[in-house]
Amino acid sequence: MKDRIRKATRHVNQNEGLIFEKSSAGKAAWKLPPLDVPEVNTQELLGSSERKDLGNMPEVSEIEIIRHFTRLSTWNYAIDLGMYPLGSCTMKYNPRVNEVVSRLDGIANGHPYQPEKASQGALRILKTLSECLLEITGMDAITLQPAAGAHGELTGLLMVRAHHQSKGHPRKKILIPDSAHGTNPATAAMVGYGVENLKSNAQGRVDVSALAAQMNEDVAALMLTNPNTLGVFEQEIHKIADIMHAKGGLLYMDGANMNALVGKVRPGDFGVDLMHLNLHKTFSTPHGGGGPGSGPVAVKKFLEPFLPTPVVITKPDGTLGFEYNRPQSVGRVRAFYGNFGMFVRALAYTLANGPDGLRQTTEDAVLNANYIRKGLEGTYDLPYSTPSMHEVVFSDKVQAKKGVRTMDIAKRLIDYGFHPYTTAFPLIVPGALMIEPTESESKEEMDLFIEAMRSIAEEVEEDPEMVLAAPHTTRVSRLDEVAAARKPVLRWKPEN
Amino acid sequence: MRYLPKSPADRAAILKAIGAGSIDDLFSSIPAEYRLNRDLKVPRQMAESEIVDWFRERSHENGDGYVTFLGAGAYSHYRPVIIDSLISRGEFLTAYTPYQAEISQGTLQSIFEFQTMIGELTGMEVANASMYDGSTAAAEAVMMAVRLTGRRSVVIARSVHPEYREVLATYAFHQGMPLATTGFDANGRVNLKELEQAVTSETACVLIQSPNFFGTIEDVAAVADLAHKKGAMLVVSIAEAVSLGIVEPPREADIIAMEAQSFGVPLGFGGPYCGVIATREKNVRQMPGRLVGQTTDRNGKRGFVLTLATREQHIRREKATSNICTNQALVALMVNIFMTIYGKVGLRELAKQNLAKASYAAQQFGKHAKILFPGAPRFNEFIVQTSEDPYAINGRILGHKIVGGLPLKKFYPELGNAALWCCTEMTTRTAIDTVVGLVAESERSVKSAKEADVEEVAR
Amino acid sequence: MAYPADFKYTKEHEWIKANGNSATIGITNYAQESLGDIVFVDLPKPGAEITAGKTFGSVESVKAVSDLYAPASGTVTEVNGELATAPEKINKDAHGSWMIKLTLKNPGELNSLLSAADYEKFVAEEGGH
Repeated sequence: MKDRIRKATRHVNQNEGLIFEKSSAGKAAWKLPPLDVPEVNTQELLGSSERKDLGNMPEVSEIEIIRHFTRLSTWNYAIDLGMYPLGSCTMKYNPRVNEVVSRLDGIANGHPYQPEKASQGALRILKTLSECLLEITGMDAITLQPAAGAHGELTGLLMVRAHHQSKGHPRKKILIPDSAHGTNPATAAMVGYGVENLKSNAQGRVDVSALAAQMNEDVAALMLTNPNTLGVFEQEIHKIADIMHAKGGLLYMDGANMNALVGKVRPGDFGVDLMHLNLHKTFSTPHGGGGPGSGPVAVKKFLEPFLPTPVVITKPDGTLGFEYNRPQSVGRVRAFYGNFGMFVRALAYTLANGPDGLRQTTEDAVLNANYIRKGLEGTYDLPYSTPSMHEVVFSDKVQAKKGVRTMDIAKRLIDYGFHPYTTAFPLIVPGALMIEPTESESKEEMDLFIEAMRSIAEEVEEDPEMVLAAPHTTRVSRLDEVAAARKPVLRWKPEN
Repeated sequence: MRYLPKSPADRAAILKAIGAGSIDDLFSSIPAEYRLNRDLKVPRQMAESEIVDWFRERSHENGDGYVTFLGAGAYSHYRPVIIDSLISRGEFLTAYTPYQAEISQGTLQSIFEFQTMIGELTGMEVANASMYDGSTAAAEAVMMAVRLTGRRSVVIARSVHPEYREVLATYAFHQGMPLATTGFDANGRVNLKELEQAVTSETACVLIQSPNFFGTIEDVAAVADLAHKKGAMLVVSIAEAVSLGIVEPPREADIIAMEAQSFGVPLGFGGPYCGVIATREKNVRQMPGRLVGQTTDRNGKRGFVLTLATREQHIRREKATSNICTNQALVALMVNIFMTIYGKVGLRELAKQNLAKASYAAQQFGKHAKILFPGAPRFNEFIVQTSEDPYAINGRILGHKIVGGLPLKKFYPELGNAALWCCTEMTTRTAIDTVVGLVAESERSVKSAKEADVEEVAR
Repeated sequence: MAYPADFKYTKEHEWIKANGNSATIGITNYAQESLGDIVFVDLPKPGAEITAGKTFGSVESVKAVSDLYAPASGTVTEVNGELATAPEKINKDAHGSWMIKLTLKNPGELNSLLSAADYEKFVAEEGGH
């Protein structure tokens, strides 16, 4: 085992308990300045609303907090440590200048309700980012309000519904390909639409004749991811758009895979009516352990009246402001204006790239995925021979003969110093290995990855138990998820 | 481009390995008629120094260095420096969602601690790993109550944040959930008589906010009583998390939907913030959002995992409790660290300071103008009613690099020339005295103008 | 695996054992094997009406949820409370772990269900067992 693994080595790693286990009365990490106004009698002011006790909240010192979280951080894998081959997640470099500019005082401490006169900076950021995103997507109008991709999908479908309602009939269903991400059907249900599945053809693309058969006046929209979750571009997108439009339906695009398209092609040009973007994927804002994200929704002109309120406008005197008088708007999908901090970062990323950088980024993303495809073809089963764009999907068919599945291979990959790829998704590929390197990976990192995956395939032949019992070198071995689900323990208690 | 780790030689080698002639070959699956053969019309590539300069200009245009008296769902509190020191570590900042538990124990353990502390502060048994913000948390909590009770209609107090109510209306519209709004009484609290009329056997839940939009603390027990008597649930929204340091949490609630922004999250012109849902254990399977649970590994060692995933979109798809996937993890970590820094004693002291500052300010304002809703306890916000339009007063205040209270006309026109003011531990006595002085001046000049008019007429 | 001869089966892998006008329902061994470790069972309350062919609850493993389809119509009379705290009983003994008991609305419905032999054949074809 020692010889085969080149990217990672074992190292002494600090243990750390729960913060509550370190707590004891009298320790403190805080100090407030003295009050410059008179003290108050809380009992008098609050009466029975006064809280006397904060229970088991911890009391610890500053250095204990620094050590606590620093130690915890060393137990995580991260982009800063190496590649994440996760499909459709677009785990690219999170530039640090983004972090610096978002902390500038007027930006970090601006209150959303401050007068427009004192908000021209924020408004200009909103406008500039909006313009860039519209140019990139080829659409006409945009909202930045949604907090994440799923939230963007919700907003998009609300607008689809509003559009159809304005024509007299909201319609009943949304068509969703069987390769779609789970948020798609979940969102359709939240907007009161039924979901109808659309089968993929043998090339992993939308079955256009099936679409033609299923499309009728009860279908409000088709939710399409393009390239799809197999990393394959829908070549017949024109036909798809025409079929939808001919019967008054809309084409919604899930923009999760925009990293294959930026600067090379624009969804607005190939018939998309509305789409969402994931700023935390394509536009480099950090994943931060699961969020925050941001899911702007870009639309064609005819959908502009339905955008969430408010929208950014230029006033007669040339200054920027918010327009609230929007009678056809779907309303608000959240308080304030959206995850503004992510707008700052996405815009900084766009400015750092410019048109050349954006195009080259996309080219490198597609180049990298194809390099990995070439490197692993023959070792792992490739269910679809269709050309890949920025991601490639293999299956565990070969390894399954030895009783080893995609999740096991993924766990063994951890010992090799990588984060696993996406397992068991998309659903149309049983035992899937979904790999998206992004443009942020060097040839060196990718060679290490290809080597690791080949080595694991050999291990499956020679010593499957090694793979089945992986990972071997992590702080914790495989965790009992069954017990966690049967008898959930969702918080610390003093008697634990 | 400096973020791309490949040299021209690398690219050539890769193309050769793939067997492609040029990069264009790899884009050939895009029909030619759609391929862009021009540059995107975005600003040209900037150097890092230029990027910083560009945003610095924007910062100057955005009231940098200004003092704020705004609250209304977003609060200006001091952020201890170690929050950014810690969350800026690459292992937190650039980590993915902790689906692969063995290499995400850092993220998972910190979420487990977050869930514990939110539970402790809110008096609830379980809390999730975050929602987008307070407004969507409230909407999702209401939908949770609908699922749990099997009833469809919702009663919402008008003293709940107006934008939260707008969000709920948007979510409810398509789920066939009739919404009824009940007003507030002379003390700025939910009008209990109106509420009693509004709650029926069809009501899934009542939604209130406490401290409410006006800063007033609601009579949660009385509202809970009314709701529970008719078999409806009580959902309480909390927008100012620091209040939990000194104000009893709404323990009678079935579900609490919080905004935790006050705990170490920058104002940031409205986001990202940190919503949370907390509830009793028996409701947990209907709770949206990620949950971290404690378990053991194959060697009996304690570890943490995402659990009860069958509620979520990636498994249930159209039958999921919510469509939420990405949440607010990094922001929740800021909240976590803040709660840990202040802890049991600090949070109480912090809240007390807020109370003292607001109390002093209200008292001083009260010498010149009218303070609304004096009959009920408040936390750190209060309403000042002036003779002059608050927009005009704020215009003058802005000249002092101070942002005054939020004029309420657009949300509550019946309150006339009223504005919502907020004081936190960051608000100095000097700032308070300055704005009070300006309001006093305003009152004097209106008064003397009125007297001048009277004289005019008399003449 | 022998499937009890006195049970009838659905293609969705539920079993039903009738005794005059009352019946007991559970899921088959094939079902529990496919699901893996069961962590939660969502069942209706006594008094609930269930309809043949329609879902009456669900069973969850860590990574999946499966709907439960009613083999016959009727009114639920009893629910197996043990499964709330120990759903793993189904994994240990699927045919011995009943989920609900009901009063049959139309006992004739059972005639269109699969016999043990037919079910065994069905499972062999479906799963390639």
